Amino acid sequence: MNKDLYKYILGIADNSLILAQRLGELCGHGPTLETDIALTNISLDLLGQTRSYYQYAAKLAGEDKTEDDIAFLRIEREYKNVLLVEQPNTHFGHVMARQFLFDVYHLMLMEQLQNSKDETLVAIAKKGIKEVSYHKRFSSDWVKRLGDGTEESKEKVQEAINAMWRFTDELFDVMEADKVMIEEGIAVDVSEMKETYYEKVSELLEEATLEVPERKYFTRGGKRGVHTEHMGYLLADLQYMQRTYPNMTW
Amino acid sequence: MSEQEVKNLEEIFEARIARDEKIEPKDWMPEKYRKTHIRQISQHAHSEIIGMLPEGNWITRAPSLRRKAALLAKVQDEAGHGLYLYSACETLGISREEMYEQLHSGKAKYSSIFNYPTVTWADMGAIGWLVDGAAIINQVPLCNTSFGPYARAMVRVCKEESFHQRQGYEIMLTLCKGTDEQKEMAQDALNRWWWPSLMMLGPTDAESVHTEQSMKWKLKRKSNDELRQQFIDQTVPQADILGLTIPDPDMKFNEETGHYDFGEIDWDEFWQVVKGHGPCNKERMKARVDAWENGEWVRDAAMAHAEKKANKNVAKAS
Repeated sequence: MNKDLYKYILGIADNSLILAQRLGELCGHGPTLETDIALTNISLDLLGQTRSYYQYAAKLAGEDKTEDDIAFLRIEREYKNVLLVEQPNTHFGHVMARQFLFDVYHLMLMEQLQNSKDETLVAIAKKGIKEVSYHKRFSSDWVKRLGDGTEESKEKVQEAINAMWRFTDELFDVMEADKVMIEEGIAVDVSEMKETYYEKVSELLEEATLEVPERKYFTRGGKRGVHTEHMGYLLADLQYMQRTYPNMTW
Repeated sequence: MSEQEVKNLEEIFEARIARDEKIEPKDWMPEKYRKTHIRQISQHAHSEIIGMLPEGNWITRAPSLRRKAALLAKVQDEAGHGLYLYSACETLGISREEMYEQLHSGKAKYSSIFNYPTVTWADMGAIGWLVDGAAIINQVPLCNTSFGPYARAMVRVCKEESFHQRQGYEIMLTLCKGTDEQKEMAQDALNRWWWPSLMMLGPTDAESVHTEQSMKWKLKRKSNDELRQQFIDQTVPQADILGLTIPDPDMKFNEETGHYDFGEIDWDEFWQVVKGHGPCNKERMKARVDAWENGEWVRDAAMAHAEKKANKNVAKAS
C-alpha cells in the first residue's frame, strides 16, 4: 500500500467527517427552518465527500477494509483533522465562523486538487467543488449578515471569529506524508495557499464590518493527532454503535 | 353580505367540492373551512418539524456512514415538508410566526407519536416502517383533497414518505437478518412503537369530532377505524416476513371478514400524550422553544442586514 497517499487522503477526509458530525448535532435546533435545512444539507455534502475519500483509502489499505472501519475503529490519536473543525457549536455565530473559516480554505484546496495526478482525487474534487462553493456562499453571506446586522450580532460573531482564529494557521501545515505526495504531483502544497487565504478572509471580514484578528498566537496539533479535549466526546458519540456491537452489518 | 348572499356562496362552494374542483386561496370559502384547514395543515407542518427531533437524536450515533447519510437526508426531507406545509397554510391568511406562536404556547398540536423516545438504533427502522407507514395511509388520500395548495404539497410529501418507509423497513430487515442481539433490538423497537403507531390514526370513529365535516370537504375519505384496519392488514404480513411478533395477543386473521382482528388500544395513554403528558412532550417543546428563543438574535440580524441593504440600494437609485 502507498502509505503516504493513504495518510494524505485521511488528512483531507477527516476534516469533512468531523465537521459533518458537528453540523449533524444541530438538526432541528437552528434559528430558522431554512438554516436547519441548509446546515443538514452541508453536513450531508461533507459526509458524501468523506465516504468517497474513505472508500478510496479502504481500497488502498486492502485486507477487506471498509469506509466504516476507517471512520469507526480509529482512536482519537489516529484522527488527522484540523482542530478548527472539531470546535463545538456553542452558538450560531460560532457555527458560521467555523464554517466560513473552513469553507474559504476548503474551496481553495478543492480548486487545486483538480490538478492532482491522482485520477480518483481529481474526480472527488470535481464533484466536491460545486458543493463547497455553495457552502462558502452560505457561510460568507451569514458572516456578513451577522457582522453588519445588529449590535448584538456583530459582537457575537466577532467573538466567534476571534475564538476560531487561532486554529486557522494549522490549515497550512504540511506533514511528512504530504511532502512526499507534493513531490509526486498528487497533493496540494497548502503552505502556498496561506497568504491568499488570509487576504480573502480579511477582505470578507472587512466587508462584514468586522475586525480582522491579529496573526500572532496560533494553536495546532490536530494534523498530528493531538486534539482538543472536545474530540474524545465527539468520537464517543460517532463510534458508540460500532464499538458496542462490533462486526455487525447495519 | 346578507344572509341570503352567504347562503348562495355556500351552495356554489359545496357544488364545486362535489364536482371535485380544487378550491384555491383567492376563492371564496366558508370561515369554518378556512379555520379547519389552518388547524389541520399547521398541525401537519408542526408534526414534520417536531418529528425531526426523535430521529435527529440518532444522527451523530448512526452505526454506518451509509445509514448516517440516509438519516440526514431523511431529516432534511422532513424539514422540507414542514416548509411546503407552512407555505400552503400561509395561503389561508396566517403567518408562520403566528403558527409557531401557537405551537410554542401549546395551542396547536402535533402528532402524538413524536412524544415517544428513540432509545435504540432499531427505533430508526421502526419509525420508518411503522410511523411513516401510518402517515402514508393518512396522507395518500390528501393528495386529492379539495384545497389545492394542500393537495399539491401532499403529492410531493407522499413520494418522499414512501421512500422513507422503504428505507425504514430495510433497516428492520437488516437487523432481523443479523445477530440475535440485533434481532432482539428490532423486536423491542416493534414492541414499543406498535401501539403508538396505531394511535396515530386518531381516536375511534365514535370519539372523532371532526370526521363528518372532513369527509364532506374531502379532507378525509375513510374513517379513522377504516384507516387503522387498512394499516394493520398491510403491516402484519410485513412483520411476518421479518420474523417478528406483533405485541398483541388478540391479533388474529379473521377468515370471515378477511381482516385482522386486534386487541383494545389504550386510549387513556393516547389522551394523556395528546394532553401533553407523554414521555417526551416536555423535552420536545423545550427543544423547539429553545431553538426559537436562542435564534432570535440571528433572525434580528438578518432583518437588520436586509434593511441596511435595501436602504443602500434606495440611496444608490436616487
